[in-house]
Amino acid sequence: MKKINLLHIIVVAFLLHSCSKDITDRSTEFPALQPASTDINAGTWRPILLTGPTEFPVAPPIATTVPDYIAQVNEIKSFQATITATEKKAVKYWSAGAVLRWNEIMRELVALHNLPPYQNPDGTYPAPNANNPLAYPTFPFANPPYAARAYAYVAAAQYDALVAAWHYKKLYNRAAPYTVDATVNSLIPKSDLPSYPSEDAVVIGVTTELLKLLFPGDQEYIQGKAEEHKRARIIAGANVRSDLEAGEALGKSVAQKFVTRARGDRAGTAGGNPTIWAQLETDCIARGEIPWISQESPKRPGMLVNFGKVKSFLFDSLTMVTSIRPPAPPSTSSQQFKDELAEVYSFSKNPTREQTRIAHFWADGVGTYTPPGHWNAIATEDFVKQNFSEVRWARNMGLLNMALMDAAIVCWDAKYFYFNPRPSQMDPRIKTITGLPNFPSYTSGHSTFSAAAATILGHIIPARATDYTNMAKEASESRIYGAIHYRSDCEKGAECGNRVGNFAIARARTDGAE
Amino acid sequence: MKKLLQKIIIGLLLLLLLKPATAQTDIDGVMMEKNALCIGPMAGYSSWKNYWEGTLKRDNLNLGKVSTTMYSIMGNYGITNKLNVLFGLPYIKTKVSAGQLKGMKGIQDLSFWIKYKAFSKKIGQGRLSLFAIGGYSFPVSDYTADFLPMSIGLESKNLSLRGMVDYQRGIWFGTASATYIRRSNIEIDRTAYYTTEMHYSNEVKMPDAASYNVRAGYRDKGAYAELVLDGWKTLGGFDITRNNMPFPSNEMNATRVGFNFKYPMPFLPQLAVTGNVMTTVAGRNVGQSTGFNAGIFYVLDLSKKEKMDADKSKK
Repeated sequence: MKKINLLHIIVVAFLLHSCSKDITDRSTEFPALQPASTDINAGTWRPILLTGPTEFPVAPPIATTVPDYIAQVNEIKSFQATITATEKKAVKYWSAGAVLRWNEIMRELVALHNLPPYQNPDGTYPAPNANNPLAYPTFPFANPPYAARAYAYVAAAQYDALVAAWHYKKLYNRAAPYTVDATVNSLIPKSDLPSYPSEDAVVIGVTTELLKLLFPGDQEYIQGKAEEHKRARIIAGANVRSDLEAGEALGKSVAQKFVTRARGDRAGTAGGNPTIWAQLETDCIARGEIPWISQESPKRPGMLVNFGKVKSFLFDSLTMVTSIRPPAPPSTSSQQFKDELAEVYSFSKNPTREQTRIAHFWADGVGTYTPPGHWNAIATEDFVKQNFSEVRWARNMGLLNMALMDAAIVCWDAKYFYFNPRPSQMDPRIKTITGLPNFPSYTSGHSTFSAAAATILGHIIPARATDYTNMAKEASESRIYGAIHYRSDCEKGAECGNRVGNFAIARARTDGAE
Repeated sequence: MKKLLQKIIIGLLLLLLLKPATAQTDIDGVMMEKNALCIGPMAGYSSWKNYWEGTLKRDNLNLGKVSTTMYSIMGNYGITNKLNVLFGLPYIKTKVSAGQLKGMKGIQDLSFWIKYKAFSKKIGQGRLSLFAIGGYSFPVSDYTADFLPMSIGLESKNLSLRGMVDYQRGIWFGTASATYIRRSNIEIDRTAYYTTEMHYSNEVKMPDAASYNVRAGYRDKGAYAELVLDGWKTLGGFDITRNNMPFPSNEMNATRVGFNFKYPMPFLPQLAVTGNVMTTVAGRNVGQSTGFNAGIFYVLDLSKKEKMDADKSKK
């Protein structure tokens, strides 16, 4: 009898164990956007590339009394009469906000593409080709600088496009369909914001256009999201089709200014070539220092050696060299260097569980949305609680991501200007607790990104400033715990990042949004 | 005197705290008798150079040879002749021969099994036995699952149910079993991760798994020598993408073949040595691992001990 009981216990335990494994995903919990203010005067905010909000014209909307408009309202009513569970889910998903959701989509694309190409049989490495993005290695390799630049272009362009949209919204002042016709249900929170041109469609237009450049191999996925987004706005009763068409067209026009800038920002040649790679090593030796050597097998050229020459958003290249670039790292022959190397070895030798946790929490390495993506995720979860309007979302995401991109430029400039070796190159006993990045050590990218992000985010949400600073400090130190950076890399990187963040604050103070 | 010797041996074994091999005893047709405890240390080593990235077999010059060293202690106690409880606790250490990654080490998962011989009947020239085995394992240290292939385990709590049939005719036998493994979700050190889509959570949904095991060979008077075919398949999960890192919720399948033996010492039949070699012949998102284990087991008759204690207390 005893044995039978034991077996029963096992069976019962088994059944209990098999309860749902479903996971709560934080991104599905975001509430519908319900702005504290419509920011109705945002058409006067200072754009980034546009000469002004009227650079691209938007035709006046048709009257809400004409048959064409009434037909468009009937389209909403038809959808609402036969709404499906899938459509309801889409409405709920997109109601969290256009800037938010497209930022998430970008993070997903970055994670999908953040994979270093596998080597050729001869030990060289193939480069992804934007003109043939689906062939291996697929384009792009969305490494941290690439990702930072992609996030920044999209965020900055969304901001400019929405500033223009807000100008026309106020000018034309066409109410939302649920206001025009009381029999239209509003499936999302109602707003007094004029609905023409649709802010959601502006974001769709500007984002999809830029993503053709940045993620040319993912068009089916991106266009599918865009179609779902537009339908969700109609089904929700928030926009008629002409709101969407005007918004999407405006977004696409604004995108072209950013596409033109991107084509000329020198990112296309950031990978360098064998001559440049050799020169960096020669120059470092000429300065009497030990040059960085790739520790990958086969040796891989350093990641984006000329990314430091990419055109920044918040300052010019002269300012970067004179006011932001960090001083030289401790010489590899100095006592300070030896002390810092010994510190890294001590972390490598006996990592605690907590140090490993921190190293992995902030690693954001291969196959992830990168450190800039991590800071976008942090910002998103905080911005949700602030009830920003779409245009303010875009403005704040623009500031954050321009800071992150410029942080990448500043950091990559220092990395290849100084070409400093990694700890594990200088002491082969050092084994790493996280993946060793394939580029020079000084300064730490994580430290630069995180300090830049924390600085501008602390300005946007002052109540969280101390938290952001502490997070940035932990992200920075995570690289010493990971045994892949010296303390100087992290401290000087953070100082540079703070300087970059201050340029973003300077812009924030004068863009008219505060 | 014998009792003292037994105590010393147990004490030494517990002090040594050794690593678990693929626990044979929960998956064979042998039962411990009532009140008998079979316990002992095992040590093992396995390594791989090639692995399957999805279905693509490749090597990785930045890992070289990935090796795992294990020490474990295992035990099997007879509650009755038909009902046994078993346990295993391993310490695991991983290492790579190339690249920069540091290996990991630690005590992994504590496993328990209850093994019930539900049916045993002479059929034809041999004896057919049916078994039901329930198992549970859980991590006993806070190790890191999300750093494969350096991680020492996958961190899920596993509940398993196994049905097993054994047929012995003379000195020859065959055993076949099938197992379903319910795996709990795990928590990783990150707040977001990508599988085939983004997840904003530190919780990872682990696919359940199923396995089969077939073994046949010689078995007589506590000794055996057998050939083993073993298959493991996760019921779900996703492939490692090109040149990506592995992830705990990957689809992980492996087909392995091997040889096991147990040999009781003629001069002291309670003491036996065991050993096995296993190699992976097919897989998906796993290393093509080859390894061996060796163990020493001692059978203690605890009923005798009780009796001796009772005798002693009378004095």
